[in-house]
Amino acid sequence: MAQRVKSFIVNNAPLLVTIIIFVIVYFIGGQLYPVMKKPQVFFNLFINNASLLIISIGLTLVIISKGIDLSVAGIIALTSAASAALLQAGMSPWVVLPLMLLMGTTLGLIMGSIIHYFKVEPFIVTLMGLWFARGMAYIITLTSLTISDDVYRFLALTKIPIPGFEKAYLYIPSLIGPVLLLIVFYISKYTRFGRTIYAIGNNEQSAELMGLPVARTKIIVYTFGGFCSALGGIVFSISLLSGYGGYANSMELDAISSVVIGGTLLTGGAGNVIGTLFGVLINGTIVSILQFNGTLSSWWTRIGVGALTLIFLGIQSLINLKKRNV
Amino acid sequence: MMANNHQNVIEMKGISKSFPGVQALDKVDFSLRCGEIHALVGENGAGKSTLIKVMTGVEKQDEGSYQFRGKEVSIRSPLHAQELGISPVYQEINLCSFLSVAENILLGREPKKFAGIDFKAMNQRAEEILSELDVSIDVTQPLGSYSTALQQITAIARALEVSSAKVLILDEPTSSLDANETTKLFRVMRKLQENGVAIIFITHFIDQVYEISDRITVLRNGALVGNYDTSDISRFELITKMIGRNLEDFDEMSTIKLEAGKNIKEEPLLNTEQLSLSGSIKPFDLELHEGEVVGFAGLLGSGRTEVARLLFGVDQPDSGKYYFGGEEINNFSPLLSIERGIGLCPEDRKNLGIAGDLTVRENIILAIQARLGWFKYLSSSKQYEIADEYIELLNISTPSADQPVKNLSGGNQQKVILARWLATNPRLLIMDEPTRGIDIGAKAEIQKLVLLLAEQGKACVFISSELEEVLRTSHRVVVLRDKEMITEFSGEVGERKIMEAIAGTD
Repeated sequence: MAQRVKSFIVNNAPLLVTIIIFVIVYFIGGQLYPVMKKPQVFFNLFINNASLLIISIGLTLVIISKGIDLSVAGIIALTSAASAALLQAGMSPWVVLPLMLLMGTTLGLIMGSIIHYFKVEPFIVTLMGLWFARGMAYIITLTSLTISDDVYRFLALTKIPIPGFEKAYLYIPSLIGPVLLLIVFYISKYTRFGRTIYAIGNNEQSAELMGLPVARTKIIVYTFGGFCSALGGIVFSISLLSGYGGYANSMELDAISSVVIGGTLLTGGAGNVIGTLFGVLINGTIVSILQFNGTLSSWWTRIGVGALTLIFLGIQSLINLKKRNV
Repeated sequence: MMANNHQNVIEMKGISKSFPGVQALDKVDFSLRCGEIHALVGENGAGKSTLIKVMTGVEKQDEGSYQFRGKEVSIRSPLHAQELGISPVYQEINLCSFLSVAENILLGREPKKFAGIDFKAMNQRAEEILSELDVSIDVTQPLGSYSTALQQITAIARALEVSSAKVLILDEPTSSLDANETTKLFRVMRKLQENGVAIIFITHFIDQVYEISDRITVLRNGALVGNYDTSDISRFELITKMIGRNLEDFDEMSTIKLEAGKNIKEEPLLNTEQLSLSGSIKPFDLELHEGEVVGFAGLLGSGRTEVARLLFGVDQPDSGKYYFGGEEINNFSPLLSIERGIGLCPEDRKNLGIAGDLTVRENIILAIQARLGWFKYLSSSKQYEIADEYIELLNISTPSADQPVKNLSGGNQQKVILARWLATNPRLLIMDEPTRGIDIGAKAEIQKLVLLLAEQGKACVFISSELEEVLRTSHRVVVLRDKEMITEFSGEVGERKIMEAIAGTD
């Protein structure tokens, strides 16, 4: 038993470190600003970072497969602008919602296919994806479009009380991330598809020699990334009830840093969506602390997150060095 | 006769394969019996890996017949080979170190439950497979947490399970294993042999060939030297077969050598006292003189390349003294060595030596540029002048100095690298396998060139797997074995004496 506990700790070291850091950061926040001890402040993390969580989940799989997806925030902006424009034009939300998901999924499929079949660096392909999506969003609208659709308003404003916590609540869209997280956790850990993603990230050539379906898996990973981005975009436009090409500016970097802080190796092959959840929460907590402070520039968030990301990359290369020396 | 045929799992006859500029395999016969361990030996460029590539469908032979279990086959791809039951396990293990041992063995064929993998059943199955090989480990741990030997065994287990291998090809499986781990691996190999699996064992450790194999096939320069029952051939004979001479006349070379040998300087240009790097090379004393070619002889992995790396400053020695031009040297780096006037043509030409996409001119200029510093500008007319000079001097056959180097033949690529170092006007030039993988004519040219350089007063180190070539070009021969400098011969030496030194006590 002790042996198992030990090996669990060793194998999940990065994840445990992330969780501990989150607890420490949140604890410090609570000491500085007692209001952070209220449960609602904690749940606000899920509300404020709902779309960041969703895109980070998709991005985690991409990064585990040794890829990268820079297009996530661009697709959020495009989704928000396109859905606002279509809703203003009178289209039913029940058509708009699946249409947006289809659009994101298709973009992901195209990028994944280019990456795999034309052997182009994911960095370049998804950067093009980012510019394409953001560019299209600005072509749709140069100003912010408001959404006044009833379904969207309902989704945006309905509070769901949390059992066990007095007066604490979440909004409907903030539930999507956690549900998606559980599904993706299961897929990545317990299915052949999921394990193949890890194998590809470890060493694509090995995966090929092991007879695993590399092409299909890689393309599905990017396609799923596109789907998550569109889903994140929908959640984003619901929470702001508007659409605009400048939304979610450089959120892809927040997503990447959340994934890295969550213990996923940028070099692929190792990582975990649960870690990503805590990465997002750490990101959100730093933002909250700065907001409660009120006097510090919001850019301190970036600096804090940047420093943490750097520390994590440092830890990762140390772990890698150690493994190589063994 | 019939029965004998029936026993052969693999029967290859007259296999030839050529690549641009090189005849990699020349009418090679190879047969593998059921349940035998068959050692495939030969030095660099002998054609072992090409033969394996043909066998596993990575390359297609130009001519020759290939029968698998008595039927002519044409293997389309490595996957096809695996489906037939021919499984290679490569030196750099092609598995995923972050995944668990069980996943590495079974992924792609894992037992299922509902939508997911049935981990319990998978781990159990993996344990069963490993226990058949007498290995018992925690299969849920990541592969990377185990020793290289266990990773090797895991790779073998995967080959057995997923492709139910009938032929297992182990490419240098022991090169990174210690004695203990090797024993473990050999135990597994014997176990498989009992179960009727035929194993091709590629190695450069002669001891291991004798320890485990039933038969030996020797290749040299792409041609079959012969195949022998291990019990019938002595160690000395085997090494002779591997690196022995071709019957060519030495006359021209020996006159050049004699001429060149007149200018050897008394004072050493470089000498070392008990220089060593633990794990890489045992302490050695070496003197190199200007005007002299010193040959390093020894089998692959004997420490030849390690010495070259120390001399050039790629690796830092951890004890001993190093003098160059009479001064003790304490700072080592390739750049400093270039500044001191040392050049190294590395062994692995493709990966370490040439920049394939750059032109001949750019490749030749690289080292001068490094010596000048990156900010000093070398005018392009000057660059062309230098490039053209060496193209002519070394007789590099290229349409122009603007040809990308990757389009040249191996021999000419090698000359470009030589030109690169010559252009810096070095005092010491170290050449690690400069003739590897190039054809005989080009080899002779390079050998002459080396002597010419010595005649001009440069100190040269010539490293080669072919003893004959080392003897022909060197004034002095240093013999290495098992990471140690064993002895040194100068003057006219018998080939036999050196071979005995390489083979060790027989």
